[in-house]
Amino acid sequence: MDSLTNSTYSLIVKKSCPTCELIEPVVRALADTYGTSLQVYVQDDAGYLSELPQQADDTTLAFSYQQNIEIVPTLIRHATQAQSEQRLVGWDRQEWQEFTGLDQLGSDLISFKPGCGSLTEDPGMAEQLAVRFEGERLQARRVDVADAEDIMEACFDRGWSDGLPVVPPTPIRVMRMLAGTDLAPDESIGLVPPDHVNCTVEKVAINAVMAGCKPEYFPTVIAVVRAALQEKFCMHGLLCTTYFSSPVVIVNGPVSRHIGMNSGGNALGQGNRANATIGRALQLLIRNVGGGKPGGIDRATLGNPGKYTFCFAEDESDLDWPTLAMDRGFERDDSVVSLFAGDGVQPILDQLSRTPESLAKSMAASLRSVVHVKKFGMADATLVVCPEHRRVLRENGWNKSDLKQALFDELVTPGTELMSGVGGISEGMPEKLRGKLLSKFRDDGLHIVTAGGTAGMFSAIISGWVASGERGSQLVSQHVD
Amino acid sequence: MSETTMLDPTSELSPVERQLLPRLEALGDATVGLLDISKPRGKEFLDEVQRQLEELGAKVKRYAKPTFARVAPKELTQKISSECDAVIEGLAD
Repeated sequence: MDSLTNSTYSLIVKKSCPTCELIEPVVRALADTYGTSLQVYVQDDAGYLSELPQQADDTTLAFSYQQNIEIVPTLIRHATQAQSEQRLVGWDRQEWQEFTGLDQLGSDLISFKPGCGSLTEDPGMAEQLAVRFEGERLQARRVDVADAEDIMEACFDRGWSDGLPVVPPTPIRVMRMLAGTDLAPDESIGLVPPDHVNCTVEKVAINAVMAGCKPEYFPTVIAVVRAALQEKFCMHGLLCTTYFSSPVVIVNGPVSRHIGMNSGGNALGQGNRANATIGRALQLLIRNVGGGKPGGIDRATLGNPGKYTFCFAEDESDLDWPTLAMDRGFERDDSVVSLFAGDGVQPILDQLSRTPESLAKSMAASLRSVVHVKKFGMADATLVVCPEHRRVLRENGWNKSDLKQALFDELVTPGTELMSGVGGISEGMPEKLRGKLLSKFRDDGLHIVTAGGTAGMFSAIISGWVASGERGSQLVSQHVD
Repeated sequence: MSETTMLDPTSELSPVERQLLPRLEALGDATVGLLDISKPRGKEFLDEVQRQLEELGAKVKRYAKPTFARVAPKELTQKISSECDAVIEGLAD
């Protein structure tokens, strides 16, 4: 009996569990044996087993939550200096007899009956309990909305919206979002421009909730934010510019498939929750945490619709075609987000080219239109090759590097053709470059990805910001952890 | 589940009143910095500003950001603040 008297026990039950009901005689026997060393916690009915002095009301689920109870009944022998904690779940007569050392325990009961789910495991309960018992982990200012106020309108009124409705960031939704990461809510992600404000994981979660993200998207959202804050991306200038551009998010690797992103038909369009909300989360974060709002620091002349959201996954079905992430030094199995400072989608229709040479010339001709047909070396571009165009290349032995080289070669142009005034157009390159051969893009200024439906010989140009390279923005990539 | 409480998605910057630096009483002994943000035609505009300031008796020093797309490097802002009594930044083209 020495070991019994040194140990303390907790038994967690609920009245509505048939297994708990079955073992009521066992509970009484343990109460007699263990005396004050035992507490019996009841989850669902404070009156259940109330004749036992050891009965404790756990209808708040405080104890069950704290102990991470998943199944009832659970019998815990708490840790002592001599012994670590031990647990029994459900009813297995032999186990209970060995565990307690009481060889007649429950001898008249059936030998085995699995337990039931703990009330803490009910759908939606985990987050409610997290708010109830760990709400202090949320540091953000509480904003109370009067009953008479419409909560959706309240978000608009406070200036939190990009113009579309947002999901109200209630504590429970934010807790649910935070469950998508192992990072602590108060961990800093960095300084968000333009106000250069410290941004915590919690603030990212709040804005991800508002954007409509699911918790499983959250690691990707975090990676997107980290990428946007890389010095090379120049998020501050990108937000302030009078030009069109804004972050374009391209997702590579297994995560894009795990969270159901669209890399196929209409990949650049509407209709996929992950595509739509991950891109939007970044925009809302820049607006709300960074303070970057149109008419304020955001001085765009026209902007572009991608400033609501512009995010898609790459089609990685051709295992011999390197992905964008691989071009940036990652492995095919890495989950990676890349951010490109870009704007509108410019189509390249080519339904007749059946050779790579013809297709490359066709694409190059269209790429001349980036920014302006007479402006060279100014903006980067991302070329989105559709599956049918990729097929034309692949069936003729070309890979991505062949295409990129052909495009660069095709776009080398004598300065004389691009001078200001040529063609009766004042815009153009400065006189000092007249005698030079000019490249349309800087060396790292043309990125190639694949996406789109399997029908349609339509590729696309995502034109880049006019401030490219070290004087502005460069494509950045970030591993999704 | 109550929707009557929300968490503030903003940076919660309380509106802190910024104290203005003392204003210049006169331009006579002042050194005024002119910061060109490196947009086209900034030089012509600032040349004219410099001419008018010098007519008013100010000394003028000229500075330029390496690129308009990025904020001025800290070294540059420190140099201007140590050498000038006031600065005029030429914004946009």
